[in-house]
Amino acid sequence: MNKRGIVLYLHVHQPWRVREYSVFDTSHTHDYFSAADETDRNNKRVLEKVADKSYRPMNALLMKLLGTHPDFKLSLSITGTFIEQCEAWAPDVLEDFKRLVATGRVEIVAETYYHSLAFFYSREEFERQVELHRQKIQEVFGVTPTALRNTELAYNDELANWADSKGYKAILAEGWDPILGDRSPNHVYRPSNTESLRLLLKNYRLSDDIAFRFGNRDWQDWPLSAETYAHWLDSSNEQGPLINLFMDYETFGEHQWADTGIFDFFESLVSKWLERQNSTFYTVTEASVSFEPGDEISMPDTVTWADTERDLTAWLGNGMQHEAMRYLYHMEDDVMRSGDIGLISDWRRLQTSDHAYYMCTKWFRDGDVHAYFSPYDSPYDAFLYYMNAIRDMRYRLMAYHNIGGGHHG
Amino acid sequence: MLGWELPPHNSGGLGVACYYMSKALALKGASIDFVVPYKADHPNAGFMTIHSATSLNPLHRNGMGAYDNPAIADALHRKPGEGLNNIRDVQAEYVSYVESMVKDKSPDAIHAHDWLTIEAGMRAKELTGAPLIVHVHATEFDRSGQGYGNPLVHEIEQQGLLMADRIFAVSNITKGLIVSRYNIPADKIEVLHNAFDPIELTNYTYDLRTYKYLEHLRSEGFTVVSTVTRFTVQKGLIHFLKAAARASERYDKLVFLMAGDGEQRDELVRLSADLGIADKVFFTGFVRGRQWRDAYSVSDVFVMSSVSEPFGLTALEAAHHDNALIISKQSGVGEVLDSIFRFDFWDIDRLADQMVAVAASGALKHELKANVKREYARLSWDDVAARCLAIYQHVRVGVAS
Repeated sequence: MNKRGIVLYLHVHQPWRVREYSVFDTSHTHDYFSAADETDRNNKRVLEKVADKSYRPMNALLMKLLGTHPDFKLSLSITGTFIEQCEAWAPDVLEDFKRLVATGRVEIVAETYYHSLAFFYSREEFERQVELHRQKIQEVFGVTPTALRNTELAYNDELANWADSKGYKAILAEGWDPILGDRSPNHVYRPSNTESLRLLLKNYRLSDDIAFRFGNRDWQDWPLSAETYAHWLDSSNEQGPLINLFMDYETFGEHQWADTGIFDFFESLVSKWLERQNSTFYTVTEASVSFEPGDEISMPDTVTWADTERDLTAWLGNGMQHEAMRYLYHMEDDVMRSGDIGLISDWRRLQTSDHAYYMCTKWFRDGDVHAYFSPYDSPYDAFLYYMNAIRDMRYRLMAYHNIGGGHHG
Repeated sequence: MLGWELPPHNSGGLGVACYYMSKALALKGASIDFVVPYKADHPNAGFMTIHSATSLNPLHRNGMGAYDNPAIADALHRKPGEGLNNIRDVQAEYVSYVESMVKDKSPDAIHAHDWLTIEAGMRAKELTGAPLIVHVHATEFDRSGQGYGNPLVHEIEQQGLLMADRIFAVSNITKGLIVSRYNIPADKIEVLHNAFDPIELTNYTYDLRTYKYLEHLRSEGFTVVSTVTRFTVQKGLIHFLKAAARASERYDKLVFLMAGDGEQRDELVRLSADLGIADKVFFTGFVRGRQWRDAYSVSDVFVMSSVSEPFGLTALEAAHHDNALIISKQSGVGEVLDSIFRFDFWDIDRLADQMVAVAASGALKHELKANVKREYARLSWDDVAARCLAIYQHVRVGVAS
């Protein structure tokens, strides 16, 4: 009989934010991602800030915990765009990640290199990006992922089917109540129409207690102690053996600042959990092969880990977002045909889902503008700079192929 | 309530704001005596008693240029006492009318709008002891663009702001000016944004013929970028035209509608030629009625380029007529809207970029138009009146004790 366990999965990502790239830059300079000002559009500045607040202290803590507790394990997904930025501006952070992986107790999860929504626009491009990511992970960490997650945990039956056909052992998704019904996210599941793939579902209540609520002084359970939280885990375990805690890596130190006590909480939680009888940690692949699947689960419609709707509306909810993505993916053939590495890389950097997220207007509707994290003054500004970059991409393609680009709409 | 104009005899947003605020206050049970400096009929204003402080007709009042700097400067340097020839004479008569009015009937609160009525407000407070609320829709700094304006007007404003028990500012921008340029403590000032009642703008069918040529261009895929305003330095129109020229370098199918008139007109016409975009800029001259309404309707994008705009009601009127809005950060109306583009009034390249972006993207245009409608719909005169009444109550208690 296997021990019960926490499946901790952290997502590490930074996008290439587009600078205030104006219509007067278009067709003159192609440096969309090189803001050098004192704003959060300056990618170097953001990376250095988050490295200090989150990556460096959290990696140090994880290394310490791996050293102290032989049963402590976790899984990470690390995007290609993040690795590129680390290579440029924070090589020590990448070295820390390599040391974590070298312990053999940190699993790397596969995904699209560019944290893109390609699965919904171009299957070929999606496959190329998963492959690029696989190569990059092999090159940097010397491992090959056996579990897959798609951008924003966007999941449907088609994706599961694809992952199964590619031989992945595990895939991650949101443990969303309308899908689960009276079933618990604390079991391994089998996705519909798959052979050997296993599905792990995020326990969003317990995950969000840490990721979203931990530092909120208006929360009834603030301040949350590791002891209390461990009790919550105990009671949740009555539903099933696994607690799937999936969240952004940047929860630690960036979303929840150090002064909330998040690092101490986490360190203490790991100890308290492992002190308990019959309790351990699993990586995602390890968990999915250690337990028999509880049931079959089907999600014909796409489910994500975002917002109360758990859909893609934060990325593809308004006309601007659809227009931007349509123009972007419309260029695919011309971009790939060019064979120009710089052009292809810029096109892919523009695919990162964060760009579409910055164009989201649905928070205006709720009057909850504070829920919106963006380096731009408004979603309209985000769209403006992005579309100028798209126009410049068209101009570059025109130069390559002598094709009509110009304005369409 | 001490005002200078009410619809239909208004020359701008001040009269509109006074009318709707009074109406909402009356609906909440307030009894209002509203003083204007001219004699005229005010249909649809039966909810309050309107007093005429003089027997002038409203056009005469407008002709004195209460909102026009050179005219005021000129008037202030003339000797008073030779009949109602200048604005200072009208103000003096306005004060004496208010004096006799409060002798008969002491108000619970005195609500004075802008420098034109401040002296009457102070006098009424002196005579009755009732609390004085000075409502600032624009200061002399706003009216003079980036200049200093008229020192005598400043002095009147300064005195009124010091004497006031409470000050209403129509935006945070205006509040900031009152604090920094008049040294008034911030906690004496309430920001009371104007609301917007589009009801009077309904019952109207857009006449495609008014701007037939522009409609033709639209059907050919052109985007009409407009501004509807007085052509004064306050409105930042030089920047608007320079941005128009910059935008035209990047996007062919743009035309610019400049509806209005004012002292800068000739300069603007000349500038549009110097910039090489004279064929893309349409000057309408002064518009009212159908021509005014249709100017909004023919337009896709409305720009408010003001150097200093306390509020800027026209932006909401434009939004109501299905315009995407580009508003300078120096305009107060931007404080109540999310779905707009903002730019610093001097930032020509940014404004040009925004014009091109909206023109080039149907989706962006649609999102801006649809979302801003939802945002101005949240603004309500009823809420403004409720806050107003609460503050009347509060200052009364303060003055009594």
